Amino acid sequence: MDSLKTQQVTFKVFRFNEETDYLPYYNTYTLDVTHEEVVLDILNRIKWDHDGSLSYRRSCRHGICGVCAIKTNGKAVLACKTRLFDLIDIFGNEITIEPLSTKRAIKDLIIDKKDFWDKHAQAKPYLEADIDEHPAQENLVSPHDAEKLLEADYCIQCGACHYSCPSLEINEQYMGPAAFAAAYRFSADVRDDASIERLHIVNEEAQGVWDCVKCMECAEVCPKEVNPIEKITKLHNMIFEAAVAKNNVATRHAVGFAHSIEKHGLLDEGELVRYSEGNIGVLKHVPVALKMFAKGKIVLPWNMPKSDKLDEIKKLVKSSSTVKF
Amino acid sequence: MEKLKYALFTGCTAKESTPEQMMSTLAVANKLGIELVELTEASCCGASHLQDYDDFLSLVLNARNIAYAEKHGLTMVTICNTCQLNTAMTKHRLDNNAELKAKVNAKLAEVGLEYKGTSQITHFLYAIIDDFGLDKIKEMVVKPLSQFNIAPFYGCHNIRPSELQNATHKSPENAYNPTSLDDLIIACGGANVDYAEKNKCCGFHAELQSPRTAAVLTGNAVAGAMDANADWMVTPCPLCHLKLDTQTHHASVAIGREVSLPVLHMQQMVGLALGCTPAELGLSHHVTKVDFI
Ligand code: SF4
Ligand code: SF4
Ligand code: SF4
Ligand code: SF4
Ligand code: FES
Repeated sequence: MDSLKTQQVTFKVFRFNEETDYLPYYNTYTLDVTHEEVVLDILNRIKWDHDGSLSYRRSCRHGICGVCAIKTNGKAVLACKTRLFDLIDIFGNEITIEPLSTKRAIKDLIIDKKDFWDKHAQAKPYLEADIDEHPAQENLVSPHDAEKLLEADYCIQCGACHYSCPSLEINEQYMGPAAFAAAYRFSADVRDDASIERLHIVNEEAQGVWDCVKCMECAEVCPKEVNPIEKITKLHNMIFEAAVAKNNVATRHAVGFAHSIEKHGLLDEGELVRYSEGNIGVLKHVPVALKMFAKGKIVLPWNMPKSDKLDEIKKLVKSSSTVKF
Repeated sequence: MEKLKYALFTGCTAKESTPEQMMSTLAVANKLGIELVELTEASCCGASHLQDYDDFLSLVLNARNIAYAEKHGLTMVTICNTCQLNTAMTKHRLDNNAELKAKVNAKLAEVGLEYKGTSQITHFLYAIIDDFGLDKIKEMVVKPLSQFNIAPFYGCHNIRPSELQNATHKSPENAYNPTSLDDLIIACGGANVDYAEKNKCCGFHAELQSPRTAAVLTGNAVAGAMDANADWMVTPCPLCHLKLDTQTHHASVAIGREVSLPVLHMQQMVGLALGCTPAELGLSHHVTKVDFI
């Protein structure tokens, strides 16, 4: 493949004009692409050589401004950073080019990103601190403290993760991976005073971190290796450490694992559901549980299997626990 | 070929809600002549939730599990995507952070164990594909699944994040166009069905705290497979299996459409092709009836 200098690719490009079109449609272009061309080069060639009305966002052309994010065969990419030959390796020679979110399209590949910016703002993506207006010296952050921000600082707000997140697609209140990465970025900053306030925001049901389905797509898709799901895990930890955690089904679900492991080594699946939901909430699971029971899928408490060398596990749970609930 | 031998980390599900997964794993290993040494000392991996509460405890427990595989001098094989992700993630973090590894080992020393980093960790799916070989599977098929359209459902925690996952096996997998399970279906004589949800999330991990999100994701996955004319689905993950097999009622209500398909564990599919009996594969333990055998 590397020895090939050009390849013929068929592009199906999403077209839609909010002002004139009732439904979107696709235009097809077959082009020879070279091994050094990125998706943005192709969009430019289509616009300059074939159809000047094709609309898309681009600015820096260096993977920095974040405006050129689109989807190719469902994979969100920065158009200016993604080589066609790499896409051909994954998908073959037919590439469908769409906006990050087709339902938010304004014109062709340009979307209304308002929900992204609103949620980003909701995370308070700035430092809140009492500033001495006439400081005697610089406000220094040690390298050790700066490292705690991990890669959260690299985010260019491109929206690739946000518009690939399945939770957000279904639950419109969910703040999404980029907003959480920002919440972590500022809450982990030693100069910031609003950490607890932010933790309360991301701890809210429906909008907060508990609605993450842990699909890992945000880590996969991010072009800047921000790894938002890792930051989401950190926020979970901070919520417990700062005692911001409420006593609800989501928190009990996480804590329940520790209880169960201490008792059996293994997870007691039935008890986890009962503990998480509470004695009343658990009732809604009874119909499915009965069906499972009939098929030999429910282990009764007195038959609960245990890990060998359970004493080791009990000892480690006692000695290695770092938080309380 | 030398006999393949692995340390088996069963996870909890195989011991509780998916007994058929344990049965079919052992049946298939037996047919293929693969020796599995069960890590009976292992604890739960925390299922990607314990680390939200206590990350360090999760690391210590997973390191302990891996330490037992190391004691046997064997590669650890997992049969659950989430076990695979948690265990491989622990290994990755400890192998790349000497300070963290020392902290974890200080705890393990209290019970006379040490995490060294000498065992590899791979999912049974990739052990079959990489180490045993699809060509040999093909040769051993006695009941080709030729009359079936089979929809592969990969499950998030075997394919993402791909950088971590691809380090645990030889055949590269692209998270946006995975092929391993498709290849296995073809090796078993079946027709692989392509559909948009095959590499998407089933919603399992949010089932309690976000039931609607979880139900819609399940509904979309089954609907996608049905619309692509699948006769049944197959997955390498018992958690995806539980979700797709037992939650179809909630899923149907959530997406406003009746959806349901039989869902087989990857091991059950291979077992059928190799001539195992339905009883050996535990096909009666499914909530959505396996009615095609
Ligand atoms: S990266 Fe900076 S300089 Fe380049 S286009 Fe974006 S905003 Fe402008
Ligand atoms: S891991 Fe969570 S935040 Fe990231 S894409 Fe999946 S659901 Fe969204
Ligand atoms: S986290 Fe990554 S993918 Fe998400 S907006 Fe920031 S740079 Fe883009
Ligand atoms: S992921 Fe599930 S099956 Fe695997 S060990 Fe953890 S709880 Fe058990
Ligand atoms: S044009 Fe700026 S990131 Fe692509």
